[in-house]
Amino acid sequence: MGCNVKTKRELIKFSWAIFNVFSIILVMFLFGCSKTHKNSINIVGSTSVQPFAEMLAQEFERLNPGVHVEVQGGGSTAGIQSVLQNIADIGTCSRQLAGSETNLNSILIAKDGLAIVVHPSNSIDNLSREQIRDIFSGKITSWKELGGKDQPIRIITREEGSGTREAFVKMVMGKSRISRKALNQESNGAVKELVKNDPCGIGYMSLGLVGNELKMVSVDGIKPTIDEAKAGKYPLVRPFLFVTKNEIKPESQKFIDFVLSSNAQEILRREGLIPIK
Amino acid sequence: MKTDKIISWILLLMALTAICGLALITIFIFKEGLPILVKVGPVKFIFSMDWYPSEGEFGIFSMIVGSLAVTCGALIIGIIFGIGCAILLAQFCPPRLVSILKPLVELLAGIPSVVYGFIGVVVLVPLIRDYLGGPGLSVLASSIVLGIMVLPTIISISIDAIRSVPGAYREGSIALGATEWQTMCMLTLKAARSGIVAAIILGMGRAIGETMAVIMVAGNTLDLPQSILDPVRTLTSNIALEMGYAAGTHRQALFATGVILFIIIMILNSIALVVSKHGIKSRKIL
Repeated sequence: MGCNVKTKRELIKFSWAIFNVFSIILVMFLFGCSKTHKNSINIVGSTSVQPFAEMLAQEFERLNPGVHVEVQGGGSTAGIQSVLQNIADIGTCSRQLAGSETNLNSILIAKDGLAIVVHPSNSIDNLSREQIRDIFSGKITSWKELGGKDQPIRIITREEGSGTREAFVKMVMGKSRISRKALNQESNGAVKELVKNDPCGIGYMSLGLVGNELKMVSVDGIKPTIDEAKAGKYPLVRPFLFVTKNEIKPESQKFIDFVLSSNAQEILRREGLIPIK
Repeated sequence: MKTDKIISWILLLMALTAICGLALITIFIFKEGLPILVKVGPVKFIFSMDWYPSEGEFGIFSMIVGSLAVTCGALIIGIIFGIGCAILLAQFCPPRLVSILKPLVELLAGIPSVVYGFIGVVVLVPLIRDYLGGPGLSVLASSIVLGIMVLPTIISISIDAIRSVPGAYREGSIALGATEWQTMCMLTLKAARSGIVAAIILGMGRAIGETMAVIMVAGNTLDLPQSILDPVRTLTSNIALEMGYAAGTHRQALFATGVILFIIIMILNSIALVVSKHGIKSRKIL
């Protein structure tokens, strides 16, 4: 077989190139592994808690140079799973722990109101919890039935598994199901965007994240404000939890202590949460 | 030659890695998804419309319908514009213009799907809501977005198919007195039929598998759509929406959704293979 010298050389060149690519990937991988900070805290969990956790992490890093706090979303359940699998040091959770999860160590860091939001042009100011339930279960389908304009109601809900949704179902829906016709959005931000642009829309989201582009309706005649929630009057309030295993890294403990300090609680209050103190 | 052999072994190994990847994915999806599929019963899983994972009810019928509706809509748009564009670029367009237009069309394939979705939400959805009614997030919106996304696939493969029709056919037809347009409709498109069908089916594969853009514009309801202005949830968006949170049987049910999607896509791909093979045979006879 007369082997073509040129082809052979090209083949060797080619495999050499591939070998190089592989070794570069390998080296990068090794470096990637060794890069993990010794003093780092990994926080994973609820997308509702995430923006607040990030804010606290920044402040904590400023006060404790050399410690790195990484905050990720993923959802309450994902956060708890990550703690169980030792992927995360702290899991964040925006609902009550249930079932086997209660074996974990949980720390209440703040409470959050759940606001019922509508388009700013909507004339409805107050809804009872029964009315909200009937809207979301699809019994009431027009704003007219509630004294508003003759427009259909468009329900916007969070996806199955979301901590916000679970809290809403527990506090408002009870045994009834959220209507099949409800639009499902995968974050507080997406719900906000949709309600902001849809005059017929109604949704629910974290009180701290509503901003001033949406209209919040009173529930059972009580305005959704931090003061009302703190006084225990506003009915739709859920816990924000940090979840850890029973043994805990010193850095994580330090971060938790910081979060419970009056300084951090003040930050949370300013951002629209209900501090625990 | 010794080096030749070594290198061919290395290359074989690399080729096998890719195939192993496919095999592992298949095994993993089926391993995770089949138990719940068996437990719920495949018929109930596919034909029930009750998807309440927290209460242990898993039925994905409305999502199958949603996926099919959105894919059909995307194909209608993709076929009309894609084949029209392919005919133009392959036959009626001056070469210099082709050298500008074709790369531009192919550039469409390089835009990330989340960008399509974002434009859909910001531009398309409000337009549909204001002028046609409904929530805006709808079968129509997702069909349009997906239709644009499948264009590059359909156009570039159709162009190849049309160009691969032997020039003698065309010349013969024109010599017999047919106009350019008659030649295109009655001869070239027919001779290129199998390639064009393959292009459409590949586009279908892309449309049914797209996730991010669809999550953003489809609305993700659990109800059957009554019209093209109603929102839907597709199989892919169901998995992506709930995966982050799911645990236990819910997670398994999402894998089972993946199994069903896998089977649907396998069926589509097999059809594509059969059709394109059949096309090659019939062309030989012709």
